[in-house]
Order: sequence, then structure tokens, then C-alpha cells
Amino acid sequence: MISKGTWVRIHNLVLKPGERAQNLPVDTGKVPYEMWVKGFLTEDAELGKNVLVKTITGRIVQGKLIEKEPAFSHSYGGFIPELLEIGLQLRKIVSGGGNNR
Amino acid sequence: MGIIDNSYEEVMSRRNEIMKKAIGIDYEEFELQGSIAFDYERMMEKTGYTLHETIDIQEKSGVGNTPTIELKNITELARKISKNKKAARIFIKDEASNPSGSFKARRAASAVYHAKKMGYKGVVAATSGNYGAAVASQAAISGLKCIIVQECYDSSYKGQPEIIEKARKCEAFGAEVVQLTVGPELFYVFLKLLEETGYFNASLYTPFGIAGVETLGNELIMQCRERYGREPDSVVCTNAGGGNLTGTARGIIKAGAGETKIIAASVDLAGLHMASDGQFNRKSFTTGHTGFGIPFATWPDRTDVPRSAARPLRYMDRYVTVRQGEVFYMTEALAQLQGLERGPAGNTSLAAAFYLAQEMENEQMIVVQETEYTGAGKHIQPQLSFARENGIEIKFGNPKDEIPGNNIILPAHPSMLQAKDLDLMDIKKSYIKNSLQRIGERKIKDIELEFLRKETKLDEGRFVQIMKEIGR
Repeated sequence: MISKGTWVRIHNLVLKPGERAQNLPVDTGKVPYEMWVKGFLTEDAELGKNVLVKTITGRIVQGKLIEKEPAFSHSYGGFIPELLEIGLQLRKIVSGGGNNR
Repeated sequence: MGIIDNSYEEVMSRRNEIMKKAIGIDYEEFELQGSIAFDYERMMEKTGYTLHETIDIQEKSGVGNTPTIELKNITELARKISKNKKAARIFIKDEASNPSGSFKARRAASAVYHAKKMGYKGVVAATSGNYGAAVASQAAISGLKCIIVQECYDSSYKGQPEIIEKARKCEAFGAEVVQLTVGPELFYVFLKLLEETGYFNASLYTPFGIAGVETLGNELIMQCRERYGREPDSVVCTNAGGGNLTGTARGIIKAGAGETKIIAASVDLAGLHMASDGQFNRKSFTTGHTGFGIPFATWPDRTDVPRSAARPLRYMDRYVTVRQGEVFYMTEALAQLQGLERGPAGNTSLAAAFYLAQEMENEQMIVVQETEYTGAGKHIQPQLSFARENGIEIKFGNPKDEIPGNNIILPAHPSMLQAKDLDLMDIKKSYIKNSLQRIGERKIKDIELEFLRKETKLDEGRFVQIMKEIGR
């Protein structure tokens, strides 16, 4: 059970594939148009239930409760060895005086 | 009041009415009746703000006065690797030092100021990019509510890391972020939000937004005159919807630097469809690319306002493309040689300038007119590792072999970076053809001919020649 007032994320199906805009690429037209919004839960509820949230601007939005206390987890990514090489090469050219190909 | 029909068709059919309420501009006033022409300059004068008013608005909200930095080491690199050992001095306007981390703060400052003045309680903007953070930041200063609508996830709920970072930044400034899957129906959600809230449409393409960028061009010229005693020979603008280029060029002209060449630069994403769910996460650049640059140049009035104030063909002297791998490479060069960690999308024009400088003389000056902030999700390392996770091959080689959506080729040597010229006459011709479709078979009026000529920045001779080639 997630308590009323908890910050949550909800999911909403905006348009079914048949209701979408004309002239979409084939792959896009086959999938529904979806939306995610965050807000404070207006009543106690279980994950997966249809709920109402009050967003940070005060709007009331309906949707399926999918996440409690959503956080950001985007990062600086994995190691990219090529980036080390670029710096080394450039410094060598600028300080080395030659065309160090 | 009866029940409002919120089906896709019904909301779209109410678009003009919704827009009028949400911007407060009667665009009809500027249409030249019975023609396809409108009075662009009068629209900019009557509904925008003067350069001095805009400077004042921006100063009060901490926007502008960003430094112009000479990239001495990158210039030296260009001279070392260029064919004739010559290259122009390369400068960069460090727009990342604006409150929200990009030049978009200038566009947002004017829009939010106007919204507040008109008595709106909040602002809504449709953007996955830096503009969202800019509007959110300015709304925070003005005490207005803010909703940002962004295209963020593909149908498997995989988000572009760069867009997720923008969502974080918007939330940090107290905005509500509405996230959507891939598709043009974003506009439908956007219209519904405007109708529901009665907030101001802080469109990127209003006269206030574009007037906001004029200060950038003006400042850049003033700084070059003061510090270097001359005006730059060329200014390179990263180009997508055309507002950055339009506003900057107008500011440069207002500063009296009519000789400075305006060069557009976009990342080449040829072959990728911007509305494709499957291809959404196969590109590393969410803006500044040809997927926006070309359609907006050949038809500017495809935005969320009836008449876009961004009309890049009126100001563009040249249009070049660079590849994703080249922009990533220059982003790393900017950090490693100049100690500036910025971008990457804003560095599109830097990659172009690095090549264009090599066509110029040592005493000439070329200015890259923006940088943008970097961070988690947005930095080149998460961008490249996200691409690799999505099956994009990343390797050193010749950038000419890059195929958008398949691979990212980092130049094996800086001499391999190359800005490729697009045929600007061809783009102008496409714009004219698109306009003529609206005229149909009837006779073209003189005001329309003059309008089209101005829209495409052509002299009489070239314009007549192009019209002949088109067969009108």
C-alpha cells in the first residue's frame, strides 16, 4: 500500500494505435501514444491501480500508479576508451609541432 | 458549459482558438489579405520588444552578458593540420553561463516576461531540449507556474538520457514535466494542457522569443569590437528550428555588422525519420540536426504558432552539415585543449567552424555563437555509451563513412573533420515551391513575389532566375 501524499509516477494511455495522427511512420502507428506524469497521490493505493495525483503545479491527473518516489538514475554512462585516445592525440599534435598522424 | 470533446480530431480542430488565447497575438493582423504573404517586420516590431527593452528584461533576470572566449589552442590545432597551414582565429560565445545553461535562457526570458505582463498565471512549453529548462528557470524567477511537455521515451519505455536530464533540470526549477512517447501527437497533449490551464504558450517561435536572441548577436559584435577592434568575418549558428540563427543574425544586423557572414550548421542525420519509434534511440542528437534544420528552413510555418518568427532563409549565407562523430570529437577537443566541458549538441557549430576556419586567413575571425551546459545523460560519455548499448558501432575512421543510425565514426585524425556544404539555392527553391503550392494555379501577385524574394534573401536577378527554373 502506498500512502496518500506520497510522490509517485503514473502512466496514461493517451491514444490507441487506431486513434493516432495520420501519416505516421509504420512502426510508430502500430504502438499506442503514452504519457507519464509525477504527482502527490490523492488517496492510499496499490501499485498498478488507477489513481489520481496532484502534480507540482496543482493539476489533478488520472493514470495507472507505476512507481513510488521516482528518482533519476541517468548517469555519466559506461567507459568509452576512444575518448582517452582523442585527448592524447590532440595534445601531441598541438605541443608536438608536427602532423602526428 | 457542456462536456468538452477531447478526442484528437476535436482538439486539433480547436487549435487556432486555443492558440489565440494562449499567446494573445492576433496573427491575422499581419497577413497581407488575399495573398500568401505577411508583414514579417511589422509583426516583429508590433509584438516583440526592441533590442534595448530586451537587454533590460534579460539583465533583470540574470541572462546574457556571456563571455566571448578565444579558442587559441583549437585555432593552433587548425593551423597545424590545415592544408596550407593557415586558419582563422576561432572564438566561442559561452552561452552555457546563462542561468539555465544555454542561450535558450534569452528566448525564455522575453517569453516569460511577456506572459507575466499579460497576467497569465503560468507558462507551457513543448520541448525536449534546453528550452524547457530555460522556461522553467525563468518561470521560477517570475513566480509563474510552468509545465514542460517533452517527447522522451520509445514504446519500450527507453528514454533518451539527454532528455531525461532535461526533465531533471526542469523539475529542479519547480516545473511539472509531462513525458510522452514518440510522435507528433505531442501537439495534441500540448493544446489540451493550454486549454485546461489557461497558461501562456511559451512557444519557441513567437516574436518575443526570437527578439530574445537578438541580444546574443548584438553582444557578440560589441564584444568583438571592444576586445579585438573588429567585427567577425563569420558567425556559425547551430541550426534546427531556425530561431537561434534568425535572432542572432537580426542582432548582428542591428549592431551594424552587415558584412559578417551567417553560417548555419546542422548534424547530418540523413536517413533517420524523426517520428519513428524504432529510430528514436538510434540517434545521439535530439536537436541541431538536419531532421529539423531542413524542414524548418524549407517551411518555417510548421510550428506551434500560426506564423513562425524564426525565418532562417532570410539571414543564412551558407548552410553546412557535420557528422555526429565529428561533433563528439570536437566536444572532447574543447575539453582537452581549452578546458571547457560543454555540449555536445551546441558544439555542432564548433565542429563546422574548425573546418571553415581552415578555408580562411590567419587574421580573420570566426565565431561559434553558443555553448550549452553538460552533465549526466548529456555528456559525450553517456551519449556514446547509450549509442553503443543500442547497437550503434563506434569506431575511429573517416567520418565520411558514417551512416546515421548504424555507426558513429570518430575522426582518426583532426584533418579528417569536414563541414559539407548543402546547396542553399536548392533549399531556397524548395521553400519557394512549398509557398507556390499554397497559391495554386492563380496568378502570383506582386506583393507575393516581393515577399518570397525577401524570405529567401535573393537579389532581383537570382530570384527571377529561380522562378524561371521553377516554371513560374
